[in-house]
Amino acid sequence: MKRHTISLFLTLAAFWLLNSGHYSTLILLLGAASIILVLFISHQMDVVDQESQPLYLTRNILGYYLWLIKEIIKANITVVKHIWLGKESISPTLKKIKISQKTDMGKVIYANSISLTPGTVTIDLVDDEIIVHALLYKDIESLKAGEMDRRVSLLER
Amino acid sequence: MLVAATLAIFIAMTLAIIRGISGPTFYDRILAVNMFGTKTVLLISLLGFVMGRPEFLDIAIVYALINFISVIAVLRYSDTNQFKHTPATETSNHQSTEKEH
Amino acid sequence: MEIVINISSGLCLFIGSFVCVSGGIGILRFPDFYTRMHAVGVTGTLGAGMILIGLMLYSTDFLVFAKLVMILLLTLLISPTTSHVLAKAALHNGLMPKLSQNTVEQSSLEQESKETASSKS
Repeated sequence: MKRHTISLFLTLAAFWLLNSGHYSTLILLLGAASIILVLFISHQMDVVDQESQPLYLTRNILGYYLWLIKEIIKANITVVKHIWLGKESISPTLKKIKISQKTDMGKVIYANSISLTPGTVTIDLVDDEIIVHALLYKDIESLKAGEMDRRVSLLER
Repeated sequence: MLVAATLAIFIAMTLAIIRGISGPTFYDRILAVNMFGTKTVLLISLLGFVMGRPEFLDIAIVYALINFISVIAVLRYSDTNQFKHTPATETSNHQSTEKEH
Repeated sequence: MEIVINISSGLCLFIGSFVCVSGGIGILRFPDFYTRMHAVGVTGTLGAGMILIGLMLYSTDFLVFAKLVMILLLTLLISPTTSHVLAKAALHNGLMPKLSQNTVEQSSLEQESKETASSKS
């Protein structure tokens, strides 16, 4: 609880300082007051917890982001190629896929990574199954091969 | 290069507007509006650099948030039955998807 | 050094513009709503990312750089959320995607989503 409050305070302070750009005493005091107000309100709403500040992810998330950026660029090149090739070259597919994540956070990270990669969109997430719409049938097959699934599962621990 | 990129964004926005006007379903129109909003954010940032006024970036941040909230709001409203998609309104849908109401 | 930065930012802006125009072409060319959604996804990730990275290389002020990073993060957060919400609303309201013929088990899935659509009415 204490760690999450501190991390929320640091995030808000960085956001405020980068957006403001004026550093006179009065403005800084007003900024501190607004940060404290936001902290108070979020304590009242009881949203400062493990779910809104997933600090345990920070160890492994950087490597995952780098891998995800590489995947996004590769998928983008594929989709742009198929835009120029026209509608005969695509094979749209709607399919249910089983996922192996246990926690809600892991499921949401996996579903969002699929949506962020162009060519595949998560439509629904029910218990341990997701419905995915893909532009190409081979995207579904590469999802079923489970490279992304395995990397997200590594993040969970 | 900045001016060329601005013109390219204008072209993309025009294409999105054409889809928004002609789109056969309600969801195509929302998709086009969403893309138009994303392109507007990029356009404002580029114009800030073309005109030499980086203050435009603040407006771009606010516009991104407004765009997000408006799309979510319209789609929350679409959960009510008024937006139920019926195949009769779309001419190109050849699959038999009649539903019993 | 100056010229290297100028050339690389120009290259990033060019790639971004090309991808954005391709996305615009895609939204006109693709046959149905769900495939058009993928075209919009392209402009939301690589198009916006490349143009904003190009602008980051142009910027001299640190605050301007930080704001561009913020816009990029917001775009990357917003883009999957809107496409997921849009697709979910469309499927639950009974808009069926056109699928290619060689996919298996699509009929059972269609049946099921049709049931959810009709149970909501």
